[in-house]
Amino acid sequence: MKKTPFCATSEQDQSAMFEALGIADFDELFTAIPNELRSDELKIPEGLSEMEMMQHIRKIASRNSTNLVNFCGAGFYDHYIPAAVNALSSRGEFYTAYTPYQPEASQGTLQAAFEYQTAICRLTGMEVANASLFDGGSALIEGAMMALRQTRRNKVLVDEGVSPIYRAMLRCYTQNLSVEYHEVALSKSGVADRSAYHEALDDTVGAVVLQNPNFFGCLDNLTELIEKIHEVKALAVMSVYPMALSQVETPGAMGADIVTGEGQSLGLPLNFGGPYLGFMATRMKYVRKMPGRIVGETEDAQGRRGYVLTLQAREQHIRREKATSNICSNVQLCALRAIIYLSLIGREGFLEVGRECMDRASYAWHKLTKIDGVEPAFNRRFFNEFAIRLPKDATEVVSALIDQGIAAGFPAGRYYKGMENILLLAFTEKRTKEEIDIMVAKLESALKA
Amino acid sequence: MKLIYEKSSPGRPGVQMSSIRISPNEEIPTKYLRSQPADLPEVSEAEVVRHFTALSRLNFSIDTHFYPLGSCTMKYNPKACEAAANLPELTEVHPLWPQLRGGGLLTQGSLAILYNTERLLSETTGLAEFTLQPMAGAHGELTGVMIMAAYHKDRGNSEKDHIIIPDSAHGTNPASAQLAGYKVVTIPSDEKGMMDFDLFKAALNEKTAGVMLTCPNTNGVFNTRIRDICDAVHEVDGLMYYDGANFNAIMGRYKPGDIGFDICHLNLHKSFATPHGGGGPGAGPVGVVEKLRPYLPISRVEKTKDGTYALNYDEPKSIGYIAPFYGNFGIIARAYAYILSLGRDGMLGTSNRAVLNANYLQEKLRPLFGAEYKGRCMHEFVYSGECLKQYGVHTLDIAKGMIDLGFHPPTVYFPLNVPEAIMIEPTETEDRDTLDRFVKVMEELFEVAETDPDKLHNAPVSTPVGRLDEVKAARDMRLSFS
Repeated sequence: MKKTPFCATSEQDQSAMFEALGIADFDELFTAIPNELRSDELKIPEGLSEMEMMQHIRKIASRNSTNLVNFCGAGFYDHYIPAAVNALSSRGEFYTAYTPYQPEASQGTLQAAFEYQTAICRLTGMEVANASLFDGGSALIEGAMMALRQTRRNKVLVDEGVSPIYRAMLRCYTQNLSVEYHEVALSKSGVADRSAYHEALDDTVGAVVLQNPNFFGCLDNLTELIEKIHEVKALAVMSVYPMALSQVETPGAMGADIVTGEGQSLGLPLNFGGPYLGFMATRMKYVRKMPGRIVGETEDAQGRRGYVLTLQAREQHIRREKATSNICSNVQLCALRAIIYLSLIGREGFLEVGRECMDRASYAWHKLTKIDGVEPAFNRRFFNEFAIRLPKDATEVVSALIDQGIAAGFPAGRYYKGMENILLLAFTEKRTKEEIDIMVAKLESALKA
Repeated sequence: MKLIYEKSSPGRPGVQMSSIRISPNEEIPTKYLRSQPADLPEVSEAEVVRHFTALSRLNFSIDTHFYPLGSCTMKYNPKACEAAANLPELTEVHPLWPQLRGGGLLTQGSLAILYNTERLLSETTGLAEFTLQPMAGAHGELTGVMIMAAYHKDRGNSEKDHIIIPDSAHGTNPASAQLAGYKVVTIPSDEKGMMDFDLFKAALNEKTAGVMLTCPNTNGVFNTRIRDICDAVHEVDGLMYYDGANFNAIMGRYKPGDIGFDICHLNLHKSFATPHGGGGPGAGPVGVVEKLRPYLPISRVEKTKDGTYALNYDEPKSIGYIAPFYGNFGIIARAYAYILSLGRDGMLGTSNRAVLNANYLQEKLRPLFGAEYKGRCMHEFVYSGECLKQYGVHTLDIAKGMIDLGFHPPTVYFPLNVPEAIMIEPTETEDRDTLDRFVKVMEELFEVAETDPDKLHNAPVSTPVGRLDEVKAARDMRLSFS
C-alpha cells in the first residue's frame, strides 16, 4: 500500500466503503470528469516520515542566522514574548477551531475576540475595534477605503512619514479604482508638514493618512492638523505602533477617525514577515462602514451572557460585490496572542516595557550623536526608534556591521531618494546596555574605516 | 464566564518583563504623551493561564471534535508541521534583513523554504510561477484579478470591463472582482449544479476580462464542460481564474494549469492542512501561466547560479506590493512541511480518500434526505433540509441539535442556491467509525425531528450558552467591555 500519511481509513475500511458504493477503485469516483483532463505525472518527491521531514526542515532552517544583535525595526520589532503566550495559543482548542459561525460551540474564540476588541479600544482611545485584519498594511488600506466610502469622495492624501512599505501597498491596491492618490512630503523636522496640508486640504479630500510615530520614529501631536482635516469634512486615518501607545498620546485623544496598525509587537514573533496582526478601530458612528469581523455581546433565552459575530450584513458572504471589503477571514489566532500578551504583562507591565524601549533609545541617541560626523536626522522626539545622518552611505555601514553580527538598523535610502546616508535604529527591551555600547563602538569604527 | 477585565484587581503583578533599567537622558514633553495608562487588566500570570485555558475549553475544534464543515475543509492539522514551523531559527528572522546588504545571506533558510514551496505548488497545479504573498484566500483572489487587470492593461485590452462568475461562487469572488475595478456578471447554475453553459456563452463577449470558477464548485460538482469554457474565454483574450478553495478534491489527479486555467489561488488551510486558528491566519498563494509572470507582485524569490537565494524587486510590469513582505511565512512553512510529508503518492491518496469519505457519507445519508440526485460527489456534498419542514424543523435546528450530540454541525444555508442547505465535508482524516457514528447521529436527529421537534428547537442545551440572540447583538452593539 502506498504511503498516505494523516489519512484515517485502513485498507479493510476502504474495501468496505468501495463495496457500499458499488465501486472497484478510486477512479470510479471520478468518472464524471472527462478522462482527458487527468494529469499523468506529478513530479514531486516521495513523502518523508515525520522524523525525516523534521530533519530536512531543521537543516534548511540552520541556514538562517538568528544570532544577529538586532537594531532593525522599521515597523516590525523584536520584543520579548512571555512563554505563556505560546503555551496558551498553541492549545488545539484554539488553533484548530474554525471561524465561530456556530457561536454556542465557539464561545472561547468569541469571548477572546471580544476581550481583544476591548483592549484595542483602550490602547487607541477609540470606541470600537474589529476582530483583526491581515496586517498593518492591509488594515491601513482598508481604513483609507473606509474613509472614502464614508465621505463619498475619492481623493486620499498620504503623509510621506507613513511606512513606505504601506504606501507601496496603498498604491498597489488603489491602481484599478477611481481613487486619486497624493503624497504629502515631510517637513524638515521630519513630521507632517502643516503648511503643505494647508495647501492640499480642500473639500475634494476624503481621507488623510498619517502615522504616529512615523516611519522615522518621530513623534507628533496631530490634534490641530486633524481639526483642519475635519474642517473640510475629510476623515483622519492614523497608523500607530501599539507598543508606543503605552506612553504616547492616543489617536483617539488627537481626534483621529480611523486607527489602524501592526500588532506584531504584541506577542507575535517576527516570523520573516508573517503572520502578523492588523488592527482597526474607529468611532461608533462609523461602525457600519468598518470592514472585517466584529464580535458583539448578547444573551441566550435564559439571559446568560454570550458572544456572536455581529453586523454581518456588511460582509462579502451576504453582500457579495457590494460588501465593505472582499475580506473573508481575520487573523484570530494572532489577535488571541495579542490579548494573552496584554493580559500577561498587564497595565503596569505595558507601561514598563514601553518605558524601557524609550529609555534605551534615548540612551543610544545621545551616544550616537556624540560620534564625530553623526547628526540627528530629524527632531529629537521619538519613542523607541530614530534616524541619524551618517557621514557616509548607511547601506555600506550596515553591511560592515552585519559581518560583525549586528543588524545596526535600516538604511532609509532604500525607500527615500536623497536619504542614502540616513540610518534608522530601533530599540526594544531585549537590547542590553552592553549591546548598545558595542554597536555604537563598532559603528564608530566603521565610519572611520 | 467572566471577562479578563472583570478578574482584574489594582496592583496585581503580571509577568515580569525586565529588571534592567537604563536611565534616559531626557524626558519627552507631556504634549506627546498619554495622560492615563491604557486600562489593561491586572491579573496574575496563573490567573491569565487559567482564564484562557478555560476559554479554550468552550470551543469545539478539530483536536476535540469531528467537524464536517462543508467548503471549509476541517482536516486534522499535523503536529509535526506546527513543530517545524515553530523552530526559532525560522520564527526569529526579521523580514527586512534580506534588504540589508549581506543580510540575504543570513536568511537563506527562509528564502529556500519560500522558493521550494513555490516550485512544489507550481508542479502540483501545472502553473509556471507562484507568489506566496497573499495572506488569505480572498487576498489571493484580489491578487489574481489585479494580475488579470495588469495583463489587459499591458495588452491594450481597454474594452475589458467585467468578470463572469457563477452564482454558486463564494461571496469573496464578486467582492474581489469589484475591487480590481471590474463589474460582475452572475450566471445561474443549471439543474446539475454547474454554471449554465448557454447563459455563460450568451454573456461572454469582447468585454469579458475573465471568468472565476471554483472547480469542483460549491455544489460539489466538477464542471464537465470546463475545457469548452476555457477555450471560449481564451478566444476573446479573457483569462480563466481557478478558485482553489476546493483543490483538495483533485490534488494529485488534475492540474488546473493543464486543464486550461491561467490563474489560480490555493487556500493553504484547506488543501495543505494548515490550522484555521479560529478564523485565520491563512495563506492564499497565487499561481499563473508563463505569460502572466511579469505581473506577479514584488518581491520575487530567485535562485542564483551559485545556488543561493535572492530577492528580485526589479519587475517593471508587476502589480506591486500586495503584502508587506513575502506572505504569511509561518503558514507557508507549515504547508511546506505537510507537502514534504505527503509526497507524490500521499497527495493523490489524500484527495482520493477525501472524495471516498464524502461519497460514503453521501450514500449513507441519502435515504434520510430522500435525495433524488444519485450521482457521485467530490470531496463534499449538499443536501436540503426541506424534508424536515413538515415537522416544523429547519436545517438550523438540526445543526444545533448536532452540537448536543457531540459533533460540530456541517455548513448550513450555503450554497445559497439550495434551500435549507446542509453542506457536509468529512475530509480524509476521519476514519470509517467516525463517519458511521455521524450517520447514526443524523438518524437520531431525524427521529427526534418527527417525535419531539421542540427538543431541536431548544438545542443546544449542553453548551455554556444556548442559542444566542443575534438580533439583540446587532441592535445593542455592545462591541467592547465598559
